[in-house]
Amino acid sequence: MRGRPNLYTSYEAETQLFPTTTKKVLLGVGLLVLVLMPFDLWVVDQIPVVRFLGDSIWLRLVNKMLIFIIGALGLHLLSGLAGQLSLGHSFFGGVGACTAVLVGGKASTNLWGWGMPMWVWLPAAGVVAALIGVAIAPTAVRVRGLYLGIVTLGLVFIGLHLSRVFPEIAGPGDLGRKWPRLELRFWKEEDPFLDFSRDGHWFWFDVSKHQKTYFFLLLLVILMAWWAVNLGRTRTGRALAAIRDRDIAAEIMGVPEFRYKTTAFALSSFYAGISGALFASFVGQVPPEQWSLRASVTFLAALLIGGMGRVSGVFMGSFFVVMSHRFVEEIVDWAQHQAEGEGLFSSVFDFFISRGSGDGGLISVAQTALGYPLPASALDEIIYGALIVIFLLFEPLGMYGIWIKVRNYWKGWPFSY
Amino acid sequence: MSLLPVVLAANAVDTFVQTFFRGAALGSLYALLALSFVLVFKASQTVNFAEGAMALAGTWFLSMVFVDWDIPGRWLGGPTWIHWCLAVVLAAGMTAVIGLVVERVAIRPLIGQPHFSMAMVTLGIEVVITIVAVDAVHLTPRVLAVPWGADTFKIGGAFVAWSYLAAMVMAGAAFLGTWRFFKTRAGVAMRATAFDQEAALAQGINVGRVFAIAWGLGAALAALSGIFASMAPWGPAGVVSRDGAFFVFRALPAVVLGGLDSVVGALVGGLIIGFAEVFAGQYLADHASLLGYGYQQVVPYVVMLIGLLIRPYGIFGTKEVRRV
Repeated sequence: MRGRPNLYTSYEAETQLFPTTTKKVLLGVGLLVLVLMPFDLWVVDQIPVVRFLGDSIWLRLVNKMLIFIIGALGLHLLSGLAGQLSLGHSFFGGVGACTAVLVGGKASTNLWGWGMPMWVWLPAAGVVAALIGVAIAPTAVRVRGLYLGIVTLGLVFIGLHLSRVFPEIAGPGDLGRKWPRLELRFWKEEDPFLDFSRDGHWFWFDVSKHQKTYFFLLLLVILMAWWAVNLGRTRTGRALAAIRDRDIAAEIMGVPEFRYKTTAFALSSFYAGISGALFASFVGQVPPEQWSLRASVTFLAALLIGGMGRVSGVFMGSFFVVMSHRFVEEIVDWAQHQAEGEGLFSSVFDFFISRGSGDGGLISVAQTALGYPLPASALDEIIYGALIVIFLLFEPLGMYGIWIKVRNYWKGWPFSY
Repeated sequence: MSLLPVVLAANAVDTFVQTFFRGAALGSLYALLALSFVLVFKASQTVNFAEGAMALAGTWFLSMVFVDWDIPGRWLGGPTWIHWCLAVVLAAGMTAVIGLVVERVAIRPLIGQPHFSMAMVTLGIEVVITIVAVDAVHLTPRVLAVPWGADTFKIGGAFVAWSYLAAMVMAGAAFLGTWRFFKTRAGVAMRATAFDQEAALAQGINVGRVFAIAWGLGAALAALSGIFASMAPWGPAGVVSRDGAFFVFRALPAVVLGGLDSVVGALVGGLIIGFAEVFAGQYLADHASLLGYGYQQVVPYVVMLIGLLIRPYGIFGTKEVRRV
């Protein structure tokens, strides 16, 4: 209906993913920008943030973010959609990564590996993680709320211990082992027909390995996000939302709680497994400590900062959580340059930046510093922890909530409602 | 944790006695921590995941007050251990202030919000406090100067560390104190608040103050257990380290096993977990190659999972009545 975006005449119209022409056009433009982003094109380089995200240093981080998004989508299905607090999401990521390295890794004297191609190990990572999720569900479904949080927290520690019991899979101690590369082979032949981990040549373009990985991950993220969004509109999604809102009421209305909670665990673990496998093989070598409580909290933080229960919130939160490190570093770096300069403002920056012992500043730029002037990495962690608190206190809907407020302001402008 | 997994004593009886004391002491520590979780949960219906950070802060305060500034010792004569005990009280008090601030700033605005949000807020606070404690203040070379150090005494042929006895006395005092506290006016107010927040409010109970008391006490208990967890047989010989914060997560199974809202449950759960961990570490050591190095640290979680399968709300936990 032209000019009446809130008027729906059918159920199909209301449940459309992109109901208005504006949204469809924006989606198209957004996808185009995402596809062109890694290339050094004049048009793309005019867009504010996208301008530098395409640089190869940043593109690596963008790839990490895309992998993170897949995991966060999984937690979104479990916590955002089904309302189950899980602190064990990183455990499933670890399960996925270990499955990947067992199925796709190379065997040696004290390491196991079957050397399968990626089209085997990537789905296997997801499926095995999902199966373990199903196996854990009977315990997890019995407990509610914070009890569930603590039980899933236990999973993380049990998982870390299992990685010590099976060093043949997870790799020895603190080092980890080599994960299979991101590359497509038909079977175990020598040369992969599509290699994402080496620079190459497509048609008449030179593409770097990060660009290749970017396109592969972008495709994967779009597929998985599409699946996650669509799931919210199906019978399963509605059942999960009903359980989140009031589990007993849902059960009385005929929603089998056990079955759907198990489904939620399976789906979320599937996403986590894929994400873990991709992360490990993207980084190349990962110690088992990677799958710690901190990683689980990061997933939850992404959901909370982005906005609970929204797929768009998952994207915003993941962008923030993964990128904030780099942004803080950049800002500190910039502030340091300002502090070194001359003029009135440089003393302002000098007040915050400490450039060695005896210089009274809050943030240290010396790499080795561990002590009162905070290293930039610690500053970033503090900002991240504080933001979780601030968002929960002042904007429980996260960045999505801010977006809604901004949108509604302009919708009603110049009136306040 | 540099926790020697196996006791080497002359005969089986001595081994058992020694293991028993170790289990009881570790159980007391877990019970102490569980008590602090339970107090916070009773008042504000949330699990305080920042407890580890508070334990860390408590040990750091003690090290600062006693070792760096020599606070009570400057004005007081007398034996050192009295100074140390006073410094412990002071450190616990300082940590209690952190608890109060956290409660006032971050928890009270969230009353009425889902419990999920409160738990996440405490996780955020945990990140902030831990990073400040680890990165902003030098943690690694700090010592606690525990008066009894790693000294032991002998019962028959079994060696028992003084720290074990101290932990048991501490936990006993804490539980006795809590039991007495629940008989006082403020304690009754807290029990009423735990039972029904709105009804308590309608009776004229200052729920905000109950929150403050619970968080202050919780933080102080966290500090105490953090200090004990950094002592010689458990921690790396009385040195403040980040392990203090991780120790707390190993106490969570004790809380859940006993029931999140039961003080008796905290004691029983803590002792069960402590005994299970130590006895498994002692008597299954022959199978360590099969179970994996450090398997005793996973025992609490396994016991918790089994316990929850049988009783989803813990042994003494109140079964939540759920209404549609």
